[in-house]
Amino acid sequence: MADILTPTLGESVSEATIARWTKKAGDAVKKDEILVELETDKVSLEVASPADGVLAEIVTPVGATVVPGARLGSVTEGAAGAKPAAAPAPTPAAQPAPAPAPAPVAAPAAALAPSVQRIVSETGLNPASVAGTGKDGRITKGDALAALATPASAPAAAASAPRAPGEREERVKMTRLRQTIARRLKEAQNTAAMLTTFNEVDMTAVMALRNQYKDVFEKRHGVKLGFMSFFVRAAVAALKAYPDVNAEIDGQDVIYKNHYDIGVAVGTDKGLVVPVLRDADVLSLAEIEKTIGSLGKRARDGQLSIDDMQGGTFTITNGGVYGSLMSTPILNAPQSGILGMHAIKERPMAVAGKVEIRPMMYIALTYDHRIVDGGGAVSFLVAIKNAIEDPQRLLLDL
Amino acid sequence: MAQYDVVIIGGGPGGYNAAIRAGQLGLKVAIIEGRGVLGGTCLNVGCMPSKALLHASELYAAAAGPEFKALGIEVQPKLNLKQMMAQKQESVTALTKGVEFLMKKNKVDYIKGWGRIEGPGKVVVKADDGAETVLEAKNIVIATGSEPTPLPGVAIDNGRIVDSTGALALPEVPKSLIVIGAGVIGLELGSVWRRLGAEVTVVEYLDRICPGTDTEVANAFQKVLAKQGMSFKLGAKVTGAKASAKGVALTVEPVAGGAAETLNADYVLVAIGRRPYTRGLGLETVGIEPDKRGVIANDHFKTSAPGVWVIGDVTSGPMLAHKAEDEGVACIELIAGKAGHVNYGIIPGVIYTSPEVATVGKTEEELKAAGVAYKVGKFPFAANSRAKINHETDGFVKVLADATTDRILGVHMLGPNVGDMIAEYCVAMEFAGASEDVARTCHPHPTRSEALRQAAMGVEGWTMQA
Repeated sequence: MADILTPTLGESVSEATIARWTKKAGDAVKKDEILVELETDKVSLEVASPADGVLAEIVTPVGATVVPGARLGSVTEGAAGAKPAAAPAPTPAAQPAPAPAPAPVAAPAAALAPSVQRIVSETGLNPASVAGTGKDGRITKGDALAALATPASAPAAAASAPRAPGEREERVKMTRLRQTIARRLKEAQNTAAMLTTFNEVDMTAVMALRNQYKDVFEKRHGVKLGFMSFFVRAAVAALKAYPDVNAEIDGQDVIYKNHYDIGVAVGTDKGLVVPVLRDADVLSLAEIEKTIGSLGKRARDGQLSIDDMQGGTFTITNGGVYGSLMSTPILNAPQSGILGMHAIKERPMAVAGKVEIRPMMYIALTYDHRIVDGGGAVSFLVAIKNAIEDPQRLLLDL
Repeated sequence: MAQYDVVIIGGGPGGYNAAIRAGQLGLKVAIIEGRGVLGGTCLNVGCMPSKALLHASELYAAAAGPEFKALGIEVQPKLNLKQMMAQKQESVTALTKGVEFLMKKNKVDYIKGWGRIEGPGKVVVKADDGAETVLEAKNIVIATGSEPTPLPGVAIDNGRIVDSTGALALPEVPKSLIVIGAGVIGLELGSVWRRLGAEVTVVEYLDRICPGTDTEVANAFQKVLAKQGMSFKLGAKVTGAKASAKGVALTVEPVAGGAAETLNADYVLVAIGRRPYTRGLGLETVGIEPDKRGVIANDHFKTSAPGVWVIGDVTSGPMLAHKAEDEGVACIELIAGKAGHVNYGIIPGVIYTSPEVATVGKTEEELKAAGVAYKVGKFPFAANSRAKINHETDGFVKVLADATTDRILGVHMLGPNVGDMIAEYCVAMEFAGASEDVARTCHPHPTRSEALRQAAMGVEGWTMQA
């Protein structure tokens, strides 16, 4: 009998929720075949079968919360399963063909028991939010009644107003990722003395540079030259000049970091995640673009690991992809700075006494005023502005 | 020496179903039976022959009694007991042949003879001619069943004093028959001979019939049987029996104390229960020791000896063919590394009298004793249109459900065909169903099954047709 155990979830992740079992008890399984999907605060994890055999037992049903090392279930090893030593396994030929994988446990509305169907229709109870205790995890009437009795999910109006609230509103349990985003953003607001400073960047030079070399760059490196790589470069240079922004507060101490791991926020259908670009100071522009591309793809495919998202020292978020003109980003605690990029708009600018139309971007730096002084923050942002407006500075380390 | 993955000792419902399942799963399997035919007690001297006589005698009683006349059929039936017994035996033989065919179909080796264990992994079969065959078995499944429990002071001679086997083959219809034991077997076989004309008296030690059955159902059942002419002597202890060529004189005294009396009858049926059958099984060679009552203990069908499994009447739990069958399947699945499981909370019990008694789950007394808050829904067959049309209005359906969750906890029925119909509630309960689930499931009209639904409605107070 081999136990299926909850893997290490990564630093600062203490628990996970069972999102799905791909097999049911009694099904034949192969070693390394995915059996369970876990959802943690940060990512989805897959747990594979520890052995060839039969899924003997599911200990933690869908919706259960588990900690690292917790037993999720067990697999009876061997083609025909484990037995006492004196009763050796029957010949391997004895094992019938594995049964096809069954449907996932979550029952669609049509499969609800009549009583549960009635309760769902009358009260708007979301069956997906009810943990079933019946056969194979089905929802019993008792489960549904218990779920209704829980204040959190009992629609207050249900008793007095016969109208189905289900059509006017829908109550859905937050995913763990969403809960974590909510909690962490609020923690950052409650902890840091957040302040945002703005500036604007004339993108003319960097756009010209990009237009001139984009084809050669792509041919040479196999990746498109975007603006993000310039901003990462500029941010690294500014962080070197203003180390406060690359530091964090830990109790009575300030920890200055001599590595430049830049988090790049990526929007996914499940929520915002921030994979980290490691050692951005030693990466070439092409390497930066490639790494961002692959992290973004994995984020959207839900394949980021915990390690991909831990340990950033500074974050860049680009609201411009959604058309944002200005915003005040919230810190990615415990970091002390976050750079907000925005949409590039052509605006009339006064250049050497004349009005010229220039492609402009507002940039914002939210910083923790406890550790970064106003002067440093403004200078940091100006340094970025200067680097982008005159990219040759990056070449010369100016 | 022949080698097997599984050797099953005993060819009854537990054993032969285990063998079929083992064959299906591709295990090399042998089944050992010393009776000369497969099917065990159930097919040969139990469920099946008794059902053959119950069916035939019910029709006879309907024709001979007021029932046919009321329907406008006037006949003078003549009993041919020899033919009644012959058709019973024909059916039984056909069924046992059917089981034998299933063994072939599933590549099970059927070995005739008496099996005994001779140390770990070894089973010896002794054929009728004394020849011994040794089988090597990775797994041994004990499925040796049970036999009638004897009653001290009342020696069964299968002449005038018979056990259930004898009562299935009496040479004549007794003028009078005393049944000792008001359980399933006694009441079914008592019914057979009562319908064929015998005066039947049931003597029971306890002060009620069908111990363990929901009391309300048992009481109603007793009234129906009394109406059919069966008489009862409850709280009575049989202390001795004297058999002669003409009949039996039975000494009976009240359990509560008082004067003993002598009851005379042509025949006496001893039906006080059954006990596990383990004689000559060689259990000591693998260190298995049955308890005082002869029961071999099991943990998920494993005995205390590695590689030796046990199912059916010879181990704990109700002595029922369908329970043995389920255990046989689950045991083999566990041997094959699958997730075999028997839900002991949902094993139905049926008494095949007319009307039938069918129960599953907890009785009202059990729920009270366990302090469970429950609701009751009840519906009489007198209010069921089909039962009314068929003049089968005795009995009722009682559904017990959890007061909070509405989960069905027990169902107890007395009525026509309830033995078949209870399967509906078994499925509902297996899925942890609520009474409302049954109440909201469409049932065909006009059928007796509607009574099951109306009773379910009654749990939450919306029975519509009574």
